[in-house]
Amino acid sequence: MTKPIYLDYSATTPVDPRVAKKMVPFLFERFGNPASRSHSYGWDAEEAVELAREQVAQLVNADPKEIVWTSGATESNNLAIAGAARFHKARGRHLITMTTEHKAVLDTMRNLEREGFTVSYLAPKPDGLLDLDAFAAAIRPDTILASVMHVNNEIGVIQDIARIGAICRERGVLFHVDAAQSTGKVAIDLDALPVDLMSFSAHKTYGPKGIGALYVRRKPRVRIESLIHGGGHERGMRSGTLATHQIVGMGEAFGIAHREMAADNDRARMLRDKLLAGLSVLEETYVNGDLAARVPHNLNVSFNFVEGESLMMAMKGIAVSSGSACTSSSLEPSYVLRALGRPDELAHSSIRFTVGRFTTEADVSSTIDLVVRNVKKLRDLSPLWEMHQDGVDLTKVQWAAH
Amino acid sequence: MAYSDKVLDHYENPRNVGSFDKNDLSVGTGMVGAPACGDVMKLHIKVGPNGVIEEARFKTYGCGSAIASSSLVTEWLRGKTLDQALSIKNTDIAEELALPPVKIHCSVLAEDAIKAAINDYRTKQQPAA
Repeated sequence: MTKPIYLDYSATTPVDPRVAKKMVPFLFERFGNPASRSHSYGWDAEEAVELAREQVAQLVNADPKEIVWTSGATESNNLAIAGAARFHKARGRHLITMTTEHKAVLDTMRNLEREGFTVSYLAPKPDGLLDLDAFAAAIRPDTILASVMHVNNEIGVIQDIARIGAICRERGVLFHVDAAQSTGKVAIDLDALPVDLMSFSAHKTYGPKGIGALYVRRKPRVRIESLIHGGGHERGMRSGTLATHQIVGMGEAFGIAHREMAADNDRARMLRDKLLAGLSVLEETYVNGDLAARVPHNLNVSFNFVEGESLMMAMKGIAVSSGSACTSSSLEPSYVLRALGRPDELAHSSIRFTVGRFTTEADVSSTIDLVVRNVKKLRDLSPLWEMHQDGVDLTKVQWAAH
Repeated sequence: MAYSDKVLDHYENPRNVGSFDKNDLSVGTGMVGAPACGDVMKLHIKVGPNGVIEEARFKTYGCGSAIASSSLVTEWLRGKTLDQALSIKNTDIAEELALPPVKIHCSVLAEDAIKAAINDYRTKQQPAA
């Protein structure tokens, strides 16, 4: 069986072969522990780790000393939010975030609620973006931290973190940004941005899984409590022997992203626009989330009058994500799309296509052909489509609920 | 979700897709389910003068199992009297298609569609008061 066409780059990316090549020597020949201070094995590994730290810092225009290695963006989000909240709890116990955040943020917030913190979860506007006035209004005297993701993983919209951060600065609130989906897609200048903490992941940017980083601002210094205790690595913020080969991989991946971001984005945009144009022959197809304030490689569309699970069955030739969690036993539609105000039926029948560095034009052409053919087929089968064609307003129909 | 070969076959090659003229007196229509629940089935039966179902057609908005359940019953209904048709149970459908427990409701919906279509046909046969 031929492998499905991979259009799920926001789930994970393959490791760029140039990255893999850099990583391999650190598994055997250069295996030293970067914390070993007494011999050249350690010094060599430490040098590689520090070079990688510079590469990561360079992509986001930060000081390498502001980069803390973690196991990934989930850990970074936990460390940033719980770490800052616990350190500053004497100052206040109120936190702010959005309903469309990643579960790594939402579940960390829920956990902090059990510790006595109060959290405000702000709904986005229908285009997926944060309402800045509502955000400013949500800040209270006891608010210590706000967390807003840079790029949404499902709909790819880009939040205006410069303006959100400016509001936080003015009101004395720490600002954390989950940037797992934005590195290599959106230019990030932490020297200029009013952001205190920022989470990164390697595997969304052609690096390996299992490695990430947290940016912790030094000027003015941001204090956080560590979650993992041990040898005091990473200036006490994250203990544990550094995974040299993973770190080298993340550094190289971010270095490539720094050099090639513009070209990557131009190509991704061309492919995404071709896909959107190809799918636009289908009526009653809706793009979820703002198209302008959006990363170039993401297309999230809902196909009206077809059911989500049958749609996913039809997509077996391509690897994509669905807004419907039908792979689990629950039939819960995407909480992100529901937060945008999409009805359940449209949330269920959504598909997230994310293209990437190794997607070809032929991949996109085949995808258009497959999706158009199958949506038409399912609509031919759909009594709802038939009623729509006959001019029946489906919202006015009395359904026999079961 | 792993689908049985029979579900996949009906999904890939649905039988008897379509509609009859719902105003035809020999046609019974059964429409069951709701979009918000994730499935809507529309079943049409065409009944001959001898009370035997000559043909059945369906359209279904729903998962693969819902499509397969309705496709299957259109095959089963053909040549059956109305009483024989009413004896089709959802468990027969679920068994034939090897539906997993989370998909049993699809077979229930198909049984409901048969009942609704026959009910509609019988209502139509009664002379207007």
